Amino acid sequence: MERTRNERAWLLVLPVMIVVAFSAIIPLMTVVNYSVQDILDPYTRFFVGTEWFRDILRDDSLHAALGRQLVFSFTVLLIQIPLGIAIALCMPTRGIWVAITLVALALPLLVPWNVVGTIWQLFARQDIGLLGVTINAMGIDYNYTGSRMGAWLTVVAMDVWHWTSLVVLLCYSGLRAIPDAYYQAARIDGASRWAVFRHVQLPRLTGVLTIAVLLRFMDSFMIYAEPFVLTGGGPGSSTTFLSQYLATMAIGQFDVGRAAAFSLIYFLIILALSWVFYTIITRSQKG
Amino acid sequence: MARIEFSSLAHSYADAPAADQDYALKRLDHCWDDGGAYALLGPSGCGKTTLLNITSGLLAPSEGRVLFDGRDVTRLQPQERNIAQVFQFPVIYDTMTVYENLAFPLRNRKAPAEHIRKRVQAVAEMLELSQLLPRRARHLGAHEKQLISMGRGLVREDVSAVLFDEPLTVIDPHMKWVLRRKLREIHAEFGHTLIYVTHDQTEALTFADQVVVMDDGRVLQTGSPQDLFERPKHTFVGYFIGSPGMNVLPCRIDGERALLGDAVLPVPAVLVHRAAQRSGALELGIRPELIDITPGTGPGSLPASLERVDDMGNYQLLQVRIGDHRLAVTAPEQFAGRPGDPLHLQFQEAAALLYRDGQLVE
Repeated sequence: MERTRNERAWLLVLPVMIVVAFSAIIPLMTVVNYSVQDILDPYTRFFVGTEWFRDILRDDSLHAALGRQLVFSFTVLLIQIPLGIAIALCMPTRGIWVAITLVALALPLLVPWNVVGTIWQLFARQDIGLLGVTINAMGIDYNYTGSRMGAWLTVVAMDVWHWTSLVVLLCYSGLRAIPDAYYQAARIDGASRWAVFRHVQLPRLTGVLTIAVLLRFMDSFMIYAEPFVLTGGGPGSSTTFLSQYLATMAIGQFDVGRAAAFSLIYFLIILALSWVFYTIITRSQKG
Repeated sequence: MARIEFSSLAHSYADAPAADQDYALKRLDHCWDDGGAYALLGPSGCGKTTLLNITSGLLAPSEGRVLFDGRDVTRLQPQERNIAQVFQFPVIYDTMTVYENLAFPLRNRKAPAEHIRKRVQAVAEMLELSQLLPRRARHLGAHEKQLISMGRGLVREDVSAVLFDEPLTVIDPHMKWVLRRKLREIHAEFGHTLIYVTHDQTEALTFADQVVVMDDGRVLQTGSPQDLFERPKHTFVGYFIGSPGMNVLPCRIDGERALLGDAVLPVPAVLVHRAAQRSGALELGIRPELIDITPGTGPGSLPASLERVDDMGNYQLLQVRIGDHRLAVTAPEQFAGRPGDPLHLQFQEAAALLYRDGQLVE
């Protein structure tokens, strides 16, 4: 086929290029620029090459934060994905209760991040919080400001409360999209409830579950405001995750070059892990 | 294997059905004999799938009872009725191989492994799926997937009946013939009761020994393809079956004679007499194939004029006019008439049927 060459077509692409340039490319390049310099004040800076990167890759406290981050993300995925599927399976399919449950489930998703942190900070307090007081009244020693375990459990519970609904809503829409004939055929074939889940529902949820896993992984890997408000990263640094580590470095210590180098590494880790997830899931679908 | 009986069955999808039109299935009594090959024929939305789902137990009827060999199964689930059903669109279990798909209904019923292996191989052989058995089912074409769905319906030997809900919709036309013949062979070999839902008369007439014609939630007639063609009990049956369908024209009674316009119809006096005793619209039903074109005026011939000729390949389809009425007539290929020509029509022996209020006068 003969192709028409028309250079004016670039004019039509130009608006998008400008938007993308200002929204993504220029800020990213600024970060790249910072990451290879030591910036002492707005007028004094030195080129340092890859020094920041080498420095960061050897930083033990950063390794610890990365470790905590991975444990946290995998923990919330392991809880939220099965729990989300289970709740979606139990939801009503018709009648007035559909709307009621959908609204109730969507509510946590509408609460701003640091408000969620504040809610749980009060809710879990052992002196006046409903949850904290109740648990302590049952004879269990629970204190999220004092014990590492308590802090971890509270942060995980908070994230589960905040985000499981997303998984539920995605799975619910996926379940509704399964044609009735599949359920009817399964009834005719005498399939058990488990067999219906295993061979009819789960295979048809893989699409939405891919999205759910990726979204929840990326989001939980970038978690910042909620633990910052709830525990401030403590006790010690036991709930200091990567974002908070970064914020302390960039804003707290105004270590801009180091923070920029770290941002890039952080970004690459998320990109790489998301790619791994995506590949694993789509491979298993093709299998 | 079982004789399946419906006793004053009716179904409505509305919560509180009041009027007749609230019912998707109007009150009916019907029986599927053991080992029969039935077709359930009717236009879309006539209630045939509803009737099928009530038979399999996917749907509980709002009124009446379903009996399998005299046993009341109205409230039993499909699992408890031991029945197989094949759906319009292929349903396969994506995660399984073809073998596992076919074995699934037997495994769920905890059949011994040896029995499963034998049955799956027999069914695969029958449907020519043997080569595909180790393959993953999800990568196959629509026609192979539908074969697997059918195979799952046939894999249990002891089912009361196998129900097919327009199973060939997604199949290529040339494969439809092959599959239909296959089903006939399977029926001859195993003697399952087969009930086949379709809106395609060719499919119904070639598949079934007995065709059940439905319209608007009612069973209008059950009979052999020949019965339905020659003696449709209802004008709808006459019109729906045949291509083109039966001519249905309003006519009137004058003493002992039935008249179409001014022309006297060749109908026995006794039928005219019976028709006169009932009320409702009186109609004449005559198949286009059962009308001859005669050279001249003779006893019983009707004068008509030719309006239009369509060459259908191996015959010609004429549209003719008798008085104010138009009717379709088929003529042999060598017929050479032109629009505007006068014609004389002769109805074949016992071909003209009288209908009162849609019902055949017998």
